[in-house]
Amino acid sequence: MSETTVDNGKRTWLIATGCAGAVGGAAVAVPFISTFSPSERAKAAGAAVEVDISAIKPGEKLTVEWRGKPVWVVRRTPEQLEALKKVEVQLADPESKRNPNELTPAYARNQGRSIKPEFFVGVGICSHLGCSPSDKFQMGPQASLPDDWQGGFFCPCHGSTFDMAGRVYKNKPAPDNLEVPPHMYLSDSRLLIGEDKKA
Amino acid sequence: MADFKEISPNAPLAEKALNWVDNRFPLSKLYKEHLSEYYAPKNFNFLYFFGVLSMLVLVIQILTGIFLTMHYKPDAALAFASVEYIMRDVPWGWLIRYMHSTGASAFFVVVYMHMFRGLIYGSYRKPRELVWLFGCAIFLALMGEAFMGYLLPWGQMSYWGAQVIVNLFSAIPFIGPDLALLIRGDYVVGDATLNRFFAFHVIAVPLVLLGLVVAHIIALHEVGSNNPDGIEIKAHKDANGKPLDGIPFHPYYTVHDIMGVMGFLLVFTAIIFFAPEFGGYFLEYNNFIPADPLKTPLHIAPVWYFTPYYSMLRAITNEMMYALIVCVIAAAYLGATRAAISSILKAAIIGGALLLMGLMLAIDAKFWGVVVMGGSVIILFFLPWLDHCEVKSIRFKPTWHTYLYAVFVINFFVLGYLGIKPPSQINERISQVGTLFYFGFFLLMPWWSRLGETKPVPDRVNFVAH
Repeated sequence: MSETTVDNGKRTWLIATGCAGAVGGAAVAVPFISTFSPSERAKAAGAAVEVDISAIKPGEKLTVEWRGKPVWVVRRTPEQLEALKKVEVQLADPESKRNPNELTPAYARNQGRSIKPEFFVGVGICSHLGCSPSDKFQMGPQASLPDDWQGGFFCPCHGSTFDMAGRVYKNKPAPDNLEVPPHMYLSDSRLLIGEDKKA
Repeated sequence: MADFKEISPNAPLAEKALNWVDNRFPLSKLYKEHLSEYYAPKNFNFLYFFGVLSMLVLVIQILTGIFLTMHYKPDAALAFASVEYIMRDVPWGWLIRYMHSTGASAFFVVVYMHMFRGLIYGSYRKPRELVWLFGCAIFLALMGEAFMGYLLPWGQMSYWGAQVIVNLFSAIPFIGPDLALLIRGDYVVGDATLNRFFAFHVIAVPLVLLGLVVAHIIALHEVGSNNPDGIEIKAHKDANGKPLDGIPFHPYYTVHDIMGVMGFLLVFTAIIFFAPEFGGYFLEYNNFIPADPLKTPLHIAPVWYFTPYYSMLRAITNEMMYALIVCVIAAAYLGATRAAISSILKAAIIGGALLLMGLMLAIDAKFWGVVVMGGSVIILFFLPWLDHCEVKSIRFKPTWHTYLYAVFVINFFVLGYLGIKPPSQINERISQVGTLFYFGFFLLMPWWSRLGETKPVPDRVNFVAH
C-alpha cells in the first residue's frame, strides 16, 4: 500500500481504540486471577489450638494440626538438650538470626528455640520445599545420616537435617531453621499454639 | 478462495456429496495436503513410530479421562474414596483407570523416544525450528498435565509431591510466597488446590495441548519431515514436482504405522493387565495411602518421568553453588578473551557475569535449584540455535559425537535413577556431576558441535527396499 492512501486520522483512532480495548481486556483478567487467591473461608480457618502436654514422656513427640500444618511438641531428654550444644558448629544458623520475625518469635531465640528448655514447639514443615521431616531421635550412625548423628529430624524429600531444636545443618538444601509458631503456656500442662499475645 | 466447482448431474451420489462439501469446506484439499499427497521420506526407521504413538496415547488419555471424570469427585474429602470406588465398584472402572494411569507413563516413554529421535537426526535444524519449539511447548504442557493429574487421587504421594512442587515457586525472591499462595488457593495444599488442579487437568491444559499438537503438525507438514539421513528430500523432485525419495503418507505410512501401533498396544495392554503398578514406578505404593497433611512418607520420590529433573534440583546445594560460580567465571573469561565480538559486548558479558555471581551468592541455593530444574527443560527450546554442526544427522557427524550423545543418554538415565533413590552423600556428588554434564552438553554445543571431521553426506537417502 502506498503512503498516500494512509488515512492518518483513522489510524490514530484505530490505535486509540485498540489500546482502550487492550486495557479493558487486561482489566477483565483481574477478577479471574483474583479467584485464585485464598477464599474468605480459607482465611478464616486459622484459629489457635489448645494442647494438653502432660501426657508426653521425655523423648516423645506429639503432633497437632494448626492451620493445616503439623505442629510438633517434643519433650527433650537431658541428653538431647546436651547434644544441642555439641552440634552448634555444624549448624547453618545456630542463633536463629535468619528471618527471625517469620521463623523465631523473640521468646524462642535461644539455644533450644523454646520457652521451656524441655519442650520444643515447631512447625514440622521443612524450610526447603515443605515436606514434613521425620523423627530421627536415636543417636549414632544410621542410614542417610552422618555417623556422629546427635538426634534430630531428617527430611525424606531432599535430605535436609535438623537438630532437636529444629535448627538446620550446614550444606543442606533447606536454608532456614524450622518455624517456631507463636505459642504460650496457659498452665504447666496446657499449651496454646497460634497465639502469644499474653505471654 | 477456490472457484465454485460444478459437477455433472449424472455423477454418483457420493461424488456429488463430496463436491457439495468441497465447495463449502476444504475437505479433499486437507485430505490431500496432510495424507494422500503429503510426501514423507521413504527411509523412516523404527524411531519414526513414536510421533504417531504420541497421538495415539493422547487419544487414549482423553477418552479414558472423560470416562473417569464421570465417577471421580474433585473434593479433598471424597477424592481418594472416589478413585477406590472406580477401582472396585464401577463396572470395568479398574480397566479405564489403569489405561489412564499406564497411559500417563506411556505418554512420557513415547515422547522421550520422539524427542530422542529429533535430537540425533537433527530434526530441529533449519527449517524445522518451529516444529521443535511447538514440540518443546507440548512437552512442557504435558509435564504440567501429568503433575496436576497426579494430585487427583489424593494419596500421600499426590499430596506431598504437589506440596514440594508448589513450594518450588515460593523460592522465587520477592513474589514467590504470594505466587505459591495463588497457586494453592490456601496456606497449605488443600481442597482448593485439588479443585483447581482438576479444572486445569481436565480442560485447560488439554485444550492448550490439542492446540499445540495441531500447530506442531501444521508446521511439520509445511516444511516436510526430516529423516534418519537428515537430507532434504525436496532437493530432488520428479517431473510432477514430487520428491523422488518421498512416498505419500497415506497409504504407505498409515499402513506401516499400524504395525507400530500393534507393537505398542501389545506392550501397553500387557502392562495394564499384568503389571499396572509396574513395580511402584507407574503407580507409587505410597499413593495407596490417603493424603495426610501431618505426615510425609519416609521416602518420597516423583514418578519416574520427572526424576532426572528432580535429581538436578537436589544437586544444587550450597557447595554446588561454588562450583557453578566457577563455571560462570570460566564462561565469562572465555567470552571476554576468546569470542570474536565487540568490546562493548565483552564488557556486557563481564558485567552480566558479575551481576549473576552477586545474585548467586545473595539468593538461597534453593532458588537456584529451581532455576536449574526449570532451565533443564527450557534449554531444550534453544537446541536449534546451539547446534552448529555442518550436518544434521548423527549418521554423518564425527564418530565421537555418537559417543557424546550416548554419554548424554546414559547420564539422563543415571540422573533419573538417582531421582528415585533416597538422598545420600555419594548420590548427591554423582547427580552434581551429572547436572554439570547435562548443562555442559547443551551450553558448550555451539563449540563442540563444530569440532571434528564430518562424514560425506550422500545426495539421496540411504534406502534398501524390503
